[in-house]
Amino acid sequence: MENESIQTHLTLIIPGRKKGIKETEKRDRILHVIGLVIAYCFLGIAAFVVLLPFYYMIAASFMTEEQLNAGGFFPTEGNILENIAFNYSHTIHSDGFPYFDLVRNTLIVGLSTTCGSLVITILSAFAFSKLNFKGKEVLFTIFLSTMMIPGEMMVITNYITMSNLGLAYAQQNQFQIYLTLILPFLCNVFYIYLLRQNFMQIPNELYLAAKVDGKSDWQYLWKVMVPMASPTIITIFILNLIESWNSYVWPNTIIINKDPTLSVLSVALRGTTFQYYEHEAFRPMYTWQMAATVLTTVPLLVLFIIFRKHIMRGIARAGIKG
Amino acid sequence: MERKNNWKGWLYLAPALILITLFTIFPIINTFVISFLKEYRYATGANEGFTFDNYGIVLGITERIPGMPESKMTEFIRYALPNTLLITFVTVPLSILVSLGIAIGLNRIKAVRSFFQTVFFLPYVTNTIAVGMVFALIFDNTGIFNNFFGLGNLNWMNVGTTWGKAMFVTCLYVIWTGLPFKILVFSSGLQNVDQQYYDAARIDATPKWKTDLKIVLPLISPQILYVSVTSFISGFKEYNAIIGLFNRSYTTNGNAHDLYTVVYYIYDQIQGSGSNRHLEYAAAGAVILFLIIFAFTLLQMWVSKKRVHY
Repeated sequence: MENESIQTHLTLIIPGRKKGIKETEKRDRILHVIGLVIAYCFLGIAAFVVLLPFYYMIAASFMTEEQLNAGGFFPTEGNILENIAFNYSHTIHSDGFPYFDLVRNTLIVGLSTTCGSLVITILSAFAFSKLNFKGKEVLFTIFLSTMMIPGEMMVITNYITMSNLGLAYAQQNQFQIYLTLILPFLCNVFYIYLLRQNFMQIPNELYLAAKVDGKSDWQYLWKVMVPMASPTIITIFILNLIESWNSYVWPNTIIINKDPTLSVLSVALRGTTFQYYEHEAFRPMYTWQMAATVLTTVPLLVLFIIFRKHIMRGIARAGIKG
Repeated sequence: MERKNNWKGWLYLAPALILITLFTIFPIINTFVISFLKEYRYATGANEGFTFDNYGIVLGITERIPGMPESKMTEFIRYALPNTLLITFVTVPLSILVSLGIAIGLNRIKAVRSFFQTVFFLPYVTNTIAVGMVFALIFDNTGIFNNFFGLGNLNWMNVGTTWGKAMFVTCLYVIWTGLPFKILVFSSGLQNVDQQYYDAARIDATPKWKTDLKIVLPLISPQILYVSVTSFISGFKEYNAIIGLFNRSYTTNGNAHDLYTVVYYIYDQIQGSGSNRHLEYAAAGAVILFLIIFAFTLLQMWVSKKRVHY
């Protein structure tokens, strides 16, 4: 009597369609597979379009000039290794694009801007998140509202300021160029905002505990806050470096000295027509131009692949527009 | 927190305050003032007093030399503004659609997803100028685009092209550069959509496309608003794409400045040589740009109050 087993058989009928569960499951599976195929096809095509310029810039720098001019897609003509050696060695040593000088300048400007602005960002974010003083809220609102104003408003006056300071003129030297490129970008409101939000999440109990241990605000900031916020700080560091490496508009406006060894990568890349003197005539070399774009782009791509997680997380969290 | 460390806060903020005053707040005010100065000379600061003429000149209403109608400067109103509006209103909706599609696609698949995510993010870290030059080569007369579509020697990029073709390539390139940021924001929005919405939709036998359209899209409408505000702003500020692709402001010799954008116009006024350097026009142009962006952002915020579900 206890062992009586109850067997039930349930048939699920989808109303109105008069189909059993088996058929519905089968239909679901087929639709699922079709959906996946469509998704993969769409993503594949989109990925191809996204990757094409990267592929083509590298491929073009491996070609002979004749093949590139004929619209070749794969570097097949000539000895590829010889093409590479020929294109890249000429590009690196071309007059308008002295690669190593440009990388040095770009790196000095980028690292100084990034490190300087990081210190300023950390100090300001600490003040805005953990210190109390009169006018804090008003000041923070003023800081944030400057983000709404297009940079062109600042560029006009900054240009005047730089030329009044005697930093922007035709014979400006390397040091003056560095100053003009670094100074206006040392205080970045967006990064202050980002780090402040992060600092706010650190519980105040830690601050009080540090006080009990006799730590000063300064020690607390560098010994506790900064290590705890290090993921955000690394993100800010990398984003800032990328931004600085890629910047074109301000450098192009303020670097008035035409000597390319004093310039930065983007400006020299756009400002140079690569030409080969051959048979007593100059001819434009697009393979060299592409080699130069590869040399400008690839260092950042490598940086990106190393710090992929930091960069993508930082942007997803904060939302930054380049 | 209990202690009032008044001076300390200001001390920590001092470097930021000095820099933001010098290089952000003073410039904003000063640029605004310059835009109202007559015959402004930036080297000395000399001017002939207050005027609205700079705005009139930029907008092509006021004659630069009184009594000479042909001295009107029309390139802002004829080219810079229409081009900017065209680029913005074509590329923003298109790139939002494409990146939404890609983000939804990425959300559906499991295999090789992180590979695709990396690929779609690559344009973000690249130099707009550098890749613009690659695009210019792809769209060259003998380039691979013409080869692939069998278009012969169609001239997209070089001197002698038409405005329509030049704008086509520009819009394509602006969409390409705008994708990674949007895909990333949409993807992170989609990841935060609760699984129970999908489950509920499945129980009701809702087709997947309908789930995405009717349930998921409204759920990520805050991200869509955010992305559209930022991309409209950057659309209005488009400049690097034209420089990267064309490095000039005209399609055909003689067609002066038909590739201008608002920001291109502003920088040409700043960088112009000798007597062509008109910082007061640049300032007026920048104020106009600011007003457009401001008005548009307010409009979008207003629309969003009715449409965005938080």
